[in-house]
Amino acid sequence: MTHDPNTYSAIAEAGEVLKRRSRSERVWLVLKKAPMTAWFGMVIVLSYFCVALLAPLIAPYGEAQVFAEPYAPWSVEHLLGTDQIGRDIFTRLIFGARNSMGIALITTLLSFAIGGGLGLAAAIDRRWLDQALSRCVDILMAIPSLIFALMLLSIFGSSALNLILIIAVLDSTRVFRLTRAVAVNVAVMDYVEAAALRGEGLGWIMRREILPNIMPPLVAEFGIRFCFVFLMIAALSFLGVGIQPPTADWGSMVRENASLIQFAKYDLKAAVTPLLPAAAIALLTVAVNFIVDWFLHQTSGLRDEK
Amino acid sequence: MKNNCISTEKGSLLLEMKGVRIDGHSDEAWHPIIKGVDLSLHRGEVLGLIGESGAGKSTLGKAAMGYTQPGCKLTGGSITFDGMDLTRITKAQSRALWGTRIAYVAQSAAASFNPAHKLINQTIRATNRVVNRSEPENRADAVDLYQRLQLPNPESIGERYPHQVSGGQLQRIMTAMAMSPRPDLIIFDEPTTALDVTTQVEVLSAMRAVVDEFHTAAIYITHDLAVVAQMADVIKVLRYGEEVEEAPTQKMLTEPEKPYTRSLWSVRALEKPEDPGGECILSVNNIDAAYGATKVLSNVSIQIPRGRTVSVVGESGSGKSTTARVITGLLPASKGKVMFNGEELPPSHKQRSKEQLRKIQMIYQMADTAMNPRQTVGEIIGRPLEFYLGLTGSERDARVIELLKMIELDERFFDRLPSELSGGQKQRVCIARALAAEPELIICDEVTSALDQIVQEGILKLLLKLQREFNISYLFITHDIAVVQAISDEIVVMYQGEVIEQGLKSKVLEPPYPEYTDLLLSSVPQMDPGWLTNLLEERRKSGT
Amino acid sequence: MQLIVSTILRRLALGLFTLLIVSFIIFGGMSLLPGDFSQAILGQAATEETVAAFRKEIGLDQPAITRYFNWVGAIFQGNLGTSFSGRSGTGQTQAREVAELIAPRLSNTLFLAGVTALISVPLAIMLGLLTALYRNSVFDRTINAATLTTIATPDFFVAYILILFFGSLWQVFPSLANVDATMSLGERLYRISLPVMTLCLVILAHMMRMTRAAIISLLASPYIEMARLSGASQREIIFKHALPNAWAPIATVVAFNLAYLVVGVVVVEVVFVYPGIGQLMVDAVTSRDIPVVQACCLIFAATYIILNLMADIIGIVTNPRLLHPR
Repeated sequence: MTHDPNTYSAIAEAGEVLKRRSRSERVWLVLKKAPMTAWFGMVIVLSYFCVALLAPLIAPYGEAQVFAEPYAPWSVEHLLGTDQIGRDIFTRLIFGARNSMGIALITTLLSFAIGGGLGLAAAIDRRWLDQALSRCVDILMAIPSLIFALMLLSIFGSSALNLILIIAVLDSTRVFRLTRAVAVNVAVMDYVEAAALRGEGLGWIMRREILPNIMPPLVAEFGIRFCFVFLMIAALSFLGVGIQPPTADWGSMVRENASLIQFAKYDLKAAVTPLLPAAAIALLTVAVNFIVDWFLHQTSGLRDEK
Repeated sequence: MKNNCISTEKGSLLLEMKGVRIDGHSDEAWHPIIKGVDLSLHRGEVLGLIGESGAGKSTLGKAAMGYTQPGCKLTGGSITFDGMDLTRITKAQSRALWGTRIAYVAQSAAASFNPAHKLINQTIRATNRVVNRSEPENRADAVDLYQRLQLPNPESIGERYPHQVSGGQLQRIMTAMAMSPRPDLIIFDEPTTALDVTTQVEVLSAMRAVVDEFHTAAIYITHDLAVVAQMADVIKVLRYGEEVEEAPTQKMLTEPEKPYTRSLWSVRALEKPEDPGGECILSVNNIDAAYGATKVLSNVSIQIPRGRTVSVVGESGSGKSTTARVITGLLPASKGKVMFNGEELPPSHKQRSKEQLRKIQMIYQMADTAMNPRQTVGEIIGRPLEFYLGLTGSERDARVIELLKMIELDERFFDRLPSELSGGQKQRVCIARALAAEPELIICDEVTSALDQIVQEGILKLLLKLQREFNISYLFITHDIAVVQAISDEIVVMYQGEVIEQGLKSKVLEPPYPEYTDLLLSSVPQMDPGWLTNLLEERRKSGT
Repeated sequence: MQLIVSTILRRLALGLFTLLIVSFIIFGGMSLLPGDFSQAILGQAATEETVAAFRKEIGLDQPAITRYFNWVGAIFQGNLGTSFSGRSGTGQTQAREVAELIAPRLSNTLFLAGVTALISVPLAIMLGLLTALYRNSVFDRTINAATLTTIATPDFFVAYILILFFGSLWQVFPSLANVDATMSLGERLYRISLPVMTLCLVILAHMMRMTRAAIISLLASPYIEMARLSGASQREIIFKHALPNAWAPIATVVAFNLAYLVVGVVVVEVVFVYPGIGQLMVDAVTSRDIPVVQACCLIFAATYIILNLMADIIGIVTNPRLLHPR
């Protein structure tokens, strides 16, 4: 390791030249080193997406198809029995994946479009726009979001569209804060100043200098926000003001069949049935959290990994 | 101490480290930090540990106490302090030693004092545990120590909280805290690195006086050879966790054995012959500037001749960097003009033309933050080529490689990310980026101060070579007088937002000096071990 | 001292201002209602006169700003308006005062939240401290995985699992938490054991993780290392060096989680059919009983704001920089 200073050269300074790898090679390398929890998370999320996409193909019956016998026990025809008006629970669980995840995904995307865009603008402008937006967000965040959502839903009524818009706007406050904070950290970097001094326009600075550097925390935040939105929609549906019947949704399925739990002593299978959609929710959010945990660990250690 | 070390007999052996190995944990693997170092220290002796960043000197210093930081572990060797093997004793036994028989003085006093407690209570907390010492006694003794360390209001300063006193004072109070139990050994871990040179002199002399007075053994850790020369009887040079060489201070300074040791002060050997130059390329005329309501520059005027280097020196807060911001247009001046090639520059960079922007380029102190970590070297150097000169495709790439060769790198670096470069290479790429714009003036803001000595030399030589080849002018901002010697033709001295003087290097660095220049220049530690003693003697005589 | 008082006053003023704006937003919501809602509330049988009378009663014939001040003024006198429910199209009304509806339920909710806080706050801080001190031990890793799972789980899932085991399979605790004013304290505590358990589990997970993070970042400060290097024992480090600086971060964690608790009660009250303000609000939302929704919303928001305010004030009064200005 010791260099002879007489033959000092700038090239030799960092030691051996690193072998450069293509992007896919690097991704594979990182994936190979992923811990069990992350793999577990990825497998779960992937299979959820498959189920959601292929719902009509997998499900044995129609989403709102009603059968003669309500609260039917588990059987060959009805794998997990039927609900209070005789719909096949297994079928509704599968369609629920599509509806619950779809709505949560759209909401999160919208929330990022609003919060991320405004956050970036505020971080760069830093004058009245930043002030105005930040104060607005402070006020919006002074009201607990579930309560705020309940109030707005009571005013506008519960429809899927209202649900998406309301939650997206409320949740975008958090995205705004994060985006602004990380973008401000990047915007004070010398390389951004250097770009401004070179005479680069605002668009170039945003796109080329700032955005690539705030992507990792934003991607992680997307996972976290998705979980949050997903849980919030589930809670609202559970409370009966979220996704409305006959659309199958995990939150409302829990509520509709909750009374079955009381019969645990007589029929444990039936009692477990209302817990299945709740467990489905929990499994997904836990899985996403595992992935985010690992991703954060990865990106924070990016610098010193050679 | 070194002044009387010839007369003082060496005391008995106090500390002996043998084959010490320490591993640190990072990237989920253990890497060696200290690779088998021996060290011995006698009572009343001061050992200077010197090395560049990453040499492991701080880790070794803490290991001398038997302490390893979280994330580090001792993997081999023995540490014997006064007959006890510190690697074998229990935690309770180490605690009984720490703070009472072995004391530690940290680099950042501001962060190392607990914000919630009064200074005097922190000073004597460990001492109160010593048998036979009572608290009132300790308090009186602490006040006495404050006095010896030349702290203002020694009676009452202990009643204050850490945030209420200055950094230099805190560092002295930390020395008092270390000295309070009259330990056998004190570890000084870069105690003056965070201070300005003029404060550093005061703290150094105070520390030396008490260490001398109580005949305490000490390990003094620093990266600055001139500082350690004032403090230590023996100097040990570390690199990459291994010992390079150890010798008595005088011998180490005059006849070091290893080439690496010589390279540690090679910058100080570099000197550019000065040349007054002719036509003025940039002139800053009577500038005032302010951040909000706080005025930071008043009536600043600076002239830069074409193809020459003007260095701006001063301590932190003197306004040197702000001057650079005014010239680049990042901070529009509230009064005065910036003339470039005879025409007036608009105050804000946003109003300047592409040509005006191109001709003045900037290089930053931290190359790490000056380059976008997601862009490759090729993109970083290629962008100004594309933006200012309209070069694209293979033409641009060819020019990038040409520039890489100019900065003594090669085409293999084209696809690399900044994180794959060493500190010196990063700064070179920043130089290439500035060069790509074909500028007439480059503003260098402390460009070498984050680099190790040997790398500094390379960068300074490169800058001088480029100046000769392309007749570029530099405005060189620095606090390091050795760098000023090495690179400048003219010097500007700044203090509290004002220019104290501007002139040719030979004129500014020769007496007679204005009062502040004198203070600044005389406070810069010299390689001579007698420098501090002489300086204090002189200052006492002249009554400052 | 002066600096501290002025800082606190400034923070109080900010809190009050926020509350004012929030009240404005909550009120403004009502003006956004679609025009035909009076008809919807009064039912199909309502005559035009009764609709007009109703609109007049709730003040829709006046400009919004006047209504806002009337509303705020009334709130200060303890009058939260009249519920929409119980109205009929014929003009006969059994509608009740909102304040009357809310008062008993608010005290129930405070009881539930209070018991939860009493159990979970000390437990969370203790566990957070322990996991921070023994970080990366098996104990820490187990707790970490358990809390991560709990956080990612919907509240009602936790609640129903508890019901399944303790309410249904083994029947040790009641699965319905129907309390009323006539019950003794012991009886009430017994009835709410499952909801309290649910809330504790959820809050604990959050609060513990945050306490752990706060303590770890505190223990990483250079002055803690300095204390260690001066031979301070683990005990001294925790109680003399870390704790005096830990009040502010711990207060923030506690306030944040109590605020979270305020929201958490809504779902839990519905699961256990507990007669609290959360359930009242959900019912009011379903029946679009706007005055009740507004009142509940205001109460929740005010609690939330006050809790955060308190955390900030604790942070201010324990900050040595403000306590002992230069």
